[in-house]
Amino acid sequence: MDAIILQVLNGLDKGSAYALIALGLTLIFGTLGVVNFAHGALFMLGAFCAVTLQRLFTLSYTVIDETQTDFLGNPKKVQIPYVESWFGEDFGHWLIDWSVPLAVLFAIPVMILLGFILERGLIKHFYKRPHADQILVTFGLAIVLQELIKYFFGANPIPTPAPEVFQGSFDFGVLIGFPPNAIIYPYWRMIYFVFSLLIIAMVFGFLQFTTFGMVVRAGMADRETVGLLGINIDRKFTIMFGIAAAVAGVAGVMYTPINSPNYHMGMDFLVLSFVVVVVGGMGSLPGAVLAGFLLGILEAFASMNWIKDIIPGIDQIIIYLIAIVILLTRPRGLMGRKGVMEE
Amino acid sequence: MSKTTLTRRGMLRTGAATGAGLALPTIFTSGASAFTNEPGDSEVVLGFNVPQTGPYADEGADELRAYELAVEHLNGGGDGGMLNTFSSKVLDGTGILGRKVSYVTGDTQTKSDAARASAKSMIEKDGAIMITGGSSSGVAVAVQGLCQEAGVIFMAGLTHSNDTTGKDKKANGFRHFFNAYMSAAALAPVLEKLYGTDRSAYHLTADYTWGWTQQESIAAATEAMGWNTVNNVMTPLASTDFSSYIAPVLNSGADVLVLNHYGGNMVNSLTQAVQFGLRDKQVNGKNFEIVVPLYSELMAKGAGENISGIVGSQNWDWKLEDEGTKAFVQSFGTKYGFPPSQAAHTCYAQTLIYADAVTRAGSFNPCDVAAALEGYEFDGLGNGPTLYRADDHQCFKDVLVVRGAENPEDEFHLVEIVEVTPVTQVTYPPDHPMFAGGDLGSCNPGA
Amino acid sequence: MLGLSKKDTRFLLIVIALTLLTPILLQPFPEGSGLAQFNAGYPDLMQRFAIFGIFAIGFNILFGLTGYLSFGHAAFLGVGSYSVVWMYKLLSYNILPGLILAVIVSGIFALAIGYISLRRTGIYFSILTLAFAQMSFNLAYSVLTPLTNGETGLQVYTDDPQILAGENSPTSPHLFGIVMRDNFWQPSVGGWEFTFNYGYYFCAIVAILAFYLSLRIFRSPFGMMLRAIKTNQTRLNYTGLHSRPYTLAAFVISGMYAGLAGGLLAAMDPLAGAERMQWTASGEVVLMTILGGAGTLMGPVLGAGFIKYFENIFSKINDSVLHGWFGWMPDGMEDAIISVSHFFVGKSWHLTLGLLFMLVVIFLPGGLVEGGQRIARMFRRKKTSDSDAEHHPKPAPHVGE
Repeated sequence: MDAIILQVLNGLDKGSAYALIALGLTLIFGTLGVVNFAHGALFMLGAFCAVTLQRLFTLSYTVIDETQTDFLGNPKKVQIPYVESWFGEDFGHWLIDWSVPLAVLFAIPVMILLGFILERGLIKHFYKRPHADQILVTFGLAIVLQELIKYFFGANPIPTPAPEVFQGSFDFGVLIGFPPNAIIYPYWRMIYFVFSLLIIAMVFGFLQFTTFGMVVRAGMADRETVGLLGINIDRKFTIMFGIAAAVAGVAGVMYTPINSPNYHMGMDFLVLSFVVVVVGGMGSLPGAVLAGFLLGILEAFASMNWIKDIIPGIDQIIIYLIAIVILLTRPRGLMGRKGVMEE
Repeated sequence: MSKTTLTRRGMLRTGAATGAGLALPTIFTSGASAFTNEPGDSEVVLGFNVPQTGPYADEGADELRAYELAVEHLNGGGDGGMLNTFSSKVLDGTGILGRKVSYVTGDTQTKSDAARASAKSMIEKDGAIMITGGSSSGVAVAVQGLCQEAGVIFMAGLTHSNDTTGKDKKANGFRHFFNAYMSAAALAPVLEKLYGTDRSAYHLTADYTWGWTQQESIAAATEAMGWNTVNNVMTPLASTDFSSYIAPVLNSGADVLVLNHYGGNMVNSLTQAVQFGLRDKQVNGKNFEIVVPLYSELMAKGAGENISGIVGSQNWDWKLEDEGTKAFVQSFGTKYGFPPSQAAHTCYAQTLIYADAVTRAGSFNPCDVAAALEGYEFDGLGNGPTLYRADDHQCFKDVLVVRGAENPEDEFHLVEIVEVTPVTQVTYPPDHPMFAGGDLGSCNPGA
Repeated sequence: MLGLSKKDTRFLLIVIALTLLTPILLQPFPEGSGLAQFNAGYPDLMQRFAIFGIFAIGFNILFGLTGYLSFGHAAFLGVGSYSVVWMYKLLSYNILPGLILAVIVSGIFALAIGYISLRRTGIYFSILTLAFAQMSFNLAYSVLTPLTNGETGLQVYTDDPQILAGENSPTSPHLFGIVMRDNFWQPSVGGWEFTFNYGYYFCAIVAILAFYLSLRIFRSPFGMMLRAIKTNQTRLNYTGLHSRPYTLAAFVISGMYAGLAGGLLAAMDPLAGAERMQWTASGEVVLMTILGGAGTLMGPVLGAGFIKYFENIFSKINDSVLHGWFGWMPDGMEDAIISVSHFFVGKSWHLTLGLLFMLVVIFLPGGLVEGGQRIARMFRRKKTSDSDAEHHPKPAPHVGE
């Protein structure tokens, strides 16, 4: 029993990452009709916003300390972060410690701006082009973005720890009557789960309850008519792309303490997020969220030992297996609309 | 082909026609030469095949730095590095057998196919006489097989699987790096000393060949000293989130977690294990411990503070005190501004060992070189007295047991050396069951 | 001739001539010159050009004609390679049994996967094929290791049975004694070095046959039917035609092409790595086809050559090569140029490839073939009727419309 609760928790956590990425992907597809293979790269760029902020906070000047020597026997250069000398050691240290949560605030404007630039400069010209062209150009873009990151940050994962207060884990089991250590869960993963629910709610609320959201939803349904009504739907779609990029970005930022960011993390998530979107049904936002959590939980269950003993390697293929089963039983995924991307 | 000049301001090579007819190369072996890619009188080409893209690109970059340094030293440049401390004195800084050393590079992408394509291009197009490098065992085994077929020597880079000199050993292939068995043999006594003999271990193992040999080795070694293996769970190589594998560990009755992971897998699984609070827990009345059998500097860097106190093994570390290490760290550090990694060290050493063997053999013929390497004993390359065993072309030398530093003074001191396990403890017979099934075959000079 | 129109015959003859002269055409620079770095006329790369050409030609029969975008063709490539190596292990190093088996086994695989996947269309089809291929890759890499040798890749060991191998038969892949690795002629003309390799010519002949077959399919009523499916499948169904047998046939044929290509990879180099089945490998053939020009006959081959050239040539340009090239410049200028070059060559070759993908798609929607046509038109100053022109992919309608 405790093992099952534990895997549900794990599944919810995996699922929230899948759901957030799939949400942005679906947003772009549903509004703009663009198959965005660079979406994984946007997630990766978000994670590197956190790295950048961490680097900015730890930007240091060097003091030569004659009493110590470095590995070559020369006097040691000691690095002192500027923030510590400007704001005092305590606040400076706090800033560095909290760089990941603070990076969310940093990533939102950066990613929205990046989204605008990409949409206006590149994606816009591909609305009328075949999906194959969209895939190729965004795939090329993804490669370019990740290689740029590799050029400046290297290929090695970069540690970006959560603030000290959120490190460590919480014993859930004791609360509900299990012995200690039966169900423990890291604080940060709980925060990630809550955070993603919040983002998902915000996106849905935005689309549901604002005039802007209403226009966008109308545009998703029938772009031409909305255009005929004299509404500048293109401008709206640019903003939508920016928002989708920001959603991917903050998902990446918050994910960094769980998974040290490296330049190819976007590609690692790309295939998976497409599977999630398609299982959910192309163009369906609730479908993407539902599929994200569903696949996350089932993946967590598949990695339980007794299941792996029965079917070896099941955890390697479970996601794809489920995708096949769902697509064969529900032709357009869980909540897909007829005629979308079936050409 | 790139006959690269090593003096920085090389001769003019941009004019397409100028070089024509001047230096007709001897690549593309004709029937006349005795072996593949017999070098001409003035120059010899080595092929450095390292990952330049993909997850191990940084490790590959460090290997490449070491190779460039080794070539510089072989050609008489720089301060000579470990040439001065090497027990064999036949290398005098005039290249190899009087021929200037030049090199070509390729990208393995950490894929066996791409690595073989790249090695083939160096052999077929650039006339490389020796291929070296790599940062994973799959690639090492694949390229080693290719070199055996093509008739050139392969000096393995970072490869830690038992198979490289076990069931996949080849007469033309040589490994300086240590292997999974040695890691386990070196770790076991230290683990016993630190954590006692009454322990239950839970293994998470990357689900591919290296992971399996590593798990098999460490389980055998720890069980021999009384530990009990509670469970061994395979994790998919592509995993980035190990939470669903780590979460059940605490409740399994195990009090040690062994992470048979490498690279990004290890960085993530260790980070997440620490996040789950495993290090702060008490199980069976003992502190819960985590062991990572194979360490590397880059992984330590990636895992950050999470590695503090975690025990593992290394082939070499720049903080060793012997003359060879000091000389190498000095020249590497002076040139690049930071200390070398163990991957860089093994690659540098392999290049020197190869050059030395050619010089002692007086020939570039792979069979002569192999004969000169087999059973050769040397010292002064940072690992103490070392033997290249003839039976399986594996180097036998001391193994380091290291531990993540509690309060690293800077990013170069992330690990501290716990113990140098002497070579006698990590030596095994050539027919050890974990290495069985292979056949060295006979050396192939190609042509 | 050969059941082809006059224009197609001329086209085929040109392709044959280009293929057979490849060892010369790809070696335009004399040895020893700085530009020799860009020569590609060595056996391994030429073999890859031909093999990935076959792969892309086959993929194009499915994607270019029917519009079904498969993201799982690498699975067939891998299956083909494993078949050939298993034949080495069991029978002998003769490549023929393996290649035949590769085509058959990949055909069976394609039939099974295609039968299921073709129940869906559009992106749902793509994801189904992707899912099958990724499952194959993940299992081949881990659980199926006894069959595939996992990470290391399947290879021949000395203790394998090889029951048909005679006392003196070659110990590397051969066709009735002709060793694939051997070169039969290595002339040196002036500063130019040429390599004529058995393996390459074997691949070249197979590639020409594959090309001829694809030409016939393109021009056949069957090909016409496939194009009708691409244009409007619904309308086709309303005429009372059941289209799935046609798409399934196209899927199986292109799967067999992929199996043949995978088999040839193992025939040139006796090792089958699991990475051959990864989604990136599937993606690669998609990129090759679109980059060259989907639906055109020559496009996929050009795209394949383009990507493989980058992978093998640009990745090898390192610092010392750059210094060799620019060493004559003043110091500051040299360093500046070299640091800019770092962005594009050597370990950054992926970046160049990504940029070129983008440039080609943005400016040449029809792929490299369209680029060639534009250049040709510029010279001729009149509208040409290239044999390929009529097969350009029609822009798919925008989903929002």
